[in-house]
Amino acid sequence: MHAITIKNYERIVFASIPTLPYEQFVPVILEELMVNDACHCINYFGYPHDGKIQLICCIANDNEHTIHVTSTITMHGATFPSLTAHRLSFHFFEREIHEQFGIQFTDHPWLKPVRYAYNRADEQQTIANYPFYSIDSEELHEVGVGPIHAGIIEPGHFRFLCNGEQILHLEIQLGYQHRGMEQLFLDKTMLLQRATLAENIAGDTVIGHASTFARTWESLCDTMATPSLQFERALALEHERIAIHTGDLSAMCTDLAYQLGSSVFGRLRTPIINYFQEWAGNRFAKGLIRPGKTNFPFSPSLSKRWHEVIDAFEPDFIEMYDTLSDLPSALSRMEKTGIVNRETASTIGMVGMAARASGLKRDIRSSHPEGWTNITHQPIIKKHGDVFSRVQIRKEEVLQSIGYIKQILEYLPDTNDPILEMQNPKPNSFVIGLTEGWRGEICHCAITDETGNLQLYKIKDPSVHNWLALALSVRNNEISDFPICNKSFDLSYCGNDL
Amino acid sequence: MLNSLRILHHQGKQYIPNLTTAEAAGIFRGRPIISSANVDNDQLIALCPTHAISQSPIQIDLGRCTFCGECTITFPDKIQFTKDYKLSSNDRNRLIVYEGMDAPITLDANKIRKEIQHLFHGSLKLRQVSAGGDNSCEWELNASGNVNFDIGRFGIEFVASPRHADGIVITGPITQNMAEPLQRCYDAVPNPKMIVLAGIDAISGGIFEGSKALDRSFIDKYPIDLFIPGNPVHPLTFINGIIQLIGIQS
Repeated sequence: MHAITIKNYERIVFASIPTLPYEQFVPVILEELMVNDACHCINYFGYPHDGKIQLICCIANDNEHTIHVTSTITMHGATFPSLTAHRLSFHFFEREIHEQFGIQFTDHPWLKPVRYAYNRADEQQTIANYPFYSIDSEELHEVGVGPIHAGIIEPGHFRFLCNGEQILHLEIQLGYQHRGMEQLFLDKTMLLQRATLAENIAGDTVIGHASTFARTWESLCDTMATPSLQFERALALEHERIAIHTGDLSAMCTDLAYQLGSSVFGRLRTPIINYFQEWAGNRFAKGLIRPGKTNFPFSPSLSKRWHEVIDAFEPDFIEMYDTLSDLPSALSRMEKTGIVNRETASTIGMVGMAARASGLKRDIRSSHPEGWTNITHQPIIKKHGDVFSRVQIRKEEVLQSIGYIKQILEYLPDTNDPILEMQNPKPNSFVIGLTEGWRGEICHCAITDETGNLQLYKIKDPSVHNWLALALSVRNNEISDFPICNKSFDLSYCGNDL
Repeated sequence: MLNSLRILHHQGKQYIPNLTTAEAAGIFRGRPIISSANVDNDQLIALCPTHAISQSPIQIDLGRCTFCGECTITFPDKIQFTKDYKLSSNDRNRLIVYEGMDAPITLDANKIRKEIQHLFHGSLKLRQVSAGGDNSCEWELNASGNVNFDIGRFGIEFVASPRHADGIVITGPITQNMAEPLQRCYDAVPNPKMIVLAGIDAISGGIFEGSKALDRSFIDKYPIDLFIPGNPVHPLTFINGIIQLIGIQS
């Protein structure tokens, strides 16, 4: 057996993951596991144990609804041919492995650090001397932006190579937000500390990451979330999508200098996130998701209140969107701007909303559904892959999520389920969990040792797949269109830097 | 044109008329009150994820509290959170709430530097620096300027360049990788200038306290003009803290 086949959030014995020699590992991944477009790498990382590094590769097959896991064992500082040379979508993962363990991938085209982690293998490489790509030319010039940006956003550095106003190349350098997240999951041993960490991985994806952690943890403990917990998480996940998509539409209108859209979408987001405060006391729903329990059970009065909020929200939202999409001056800024075509999206391994805007069907809710499943999800797919597609998909997903929550609320389960008796994590276990957050596929992997202690907690935010898409999308665009392109992806800096 | 007018008509007035007396929506957890009820103190202290609770007497440090509510759910007789969102102070010690205390959290008027109220009373431009912030505080600072909260009514706004700013607002626990950019940003702000810490990550490191990826030496180097608790800070908390600091009552 070359790979073990598992389901989303299924716990397996860690030793049941096959270990292959590297010479076999590569062809197994490329030829046996990635057989068609529906197969993509959801995580590939190194797990240091017993003085060695085990490289674990997880490939999802969207058609079969399965995840295939295989591995190889190596040492710090080893040298190998890369997977990236065959499939560009591995580029981030191999860069991360290179940064962490000093493993060289000889034919990797772009073997640069991804986040300058404090525990990186080569401390000589510092964030201040990142090796930017450059071109010697008298006609071209470079524009450096960041790490601190003009607005109130997270830090990251963008280096443009421009011919006049036209962008030839953009390189994105991240790492400024690195907080040592994965190590903190091991260092902070209280469950509540870990749940708190999970909701701080990316503060704009609190439900996405916290529910992935909660579900991963429950699987490690062989505990099944009660129907009411699953129901609440599904509801909250869709509500978070409505909130952030609406806020993003506001921010995109700001970047278009369309004041009315900016103000109206901005204020429409307020009652949506205030609803989280009514439910759980926090506008970002921090504190709402906890493994095995909830401190804020859903209630019929919350259900009634949700309908009131949405009944007021929906007509205003549609009215504002229709006006925006009817404005020639706005459309001319969005259409055919920042294009990522389907082929590129597939090659670089894009995920989530941005991938769907480029015509690539990537949606965990339909490919690897888990939890509350009385909804048959049909992903919304756009064709053009430009800024306007990413605007359209937000609007349609907001309306779709509203429809889903209405369906969910019709089957309000008994919220007086007893609190689960959480056991300790099972020893020698491996769990991989996938959730479709508003940005795309969130993936957490957990490994325990022979006493059930957490040995590795691996976090992947969907942003790591999509940062390259942003860089490619702005090529041949005017540099003045960069802000609207950037916001149309709205990727997470801290989710990348961890 | 007609569409735009119709939208304006439908939207009506969205601003919150009085930001100092507005009520926070829902079950907002603001300043806590600790009763003298007898509970298992060791258990109470042990359950807090950020070690915000300590004893003799029982106290909660709002510079560390994530406001997750776990303590009030486990010990409802001991701890209750009020909806009071005015949580800021310029004195770090005033962020600590003690058993039996039910008084507003205030600024120490004697500690506010004279030039702050003198120069920034009518106009305050701030440069925000996210130094490991998780993007929730950043969203809330943006929200402070939206049409609902409209901090601009007080002449307060966020600006693009530190050269145009009167001070910096730091969010996040301050990562090693942001230590130098933060310092350079601060150095670029002309004197006199102020430093505001927004959110518990910035104030104490929050849940990230103890991480080897942080470098918080900047905080120790300079006097801090305002601590604004929250996880993330609520726009009402932020706005009230700032206007108290620069001496605007309402």
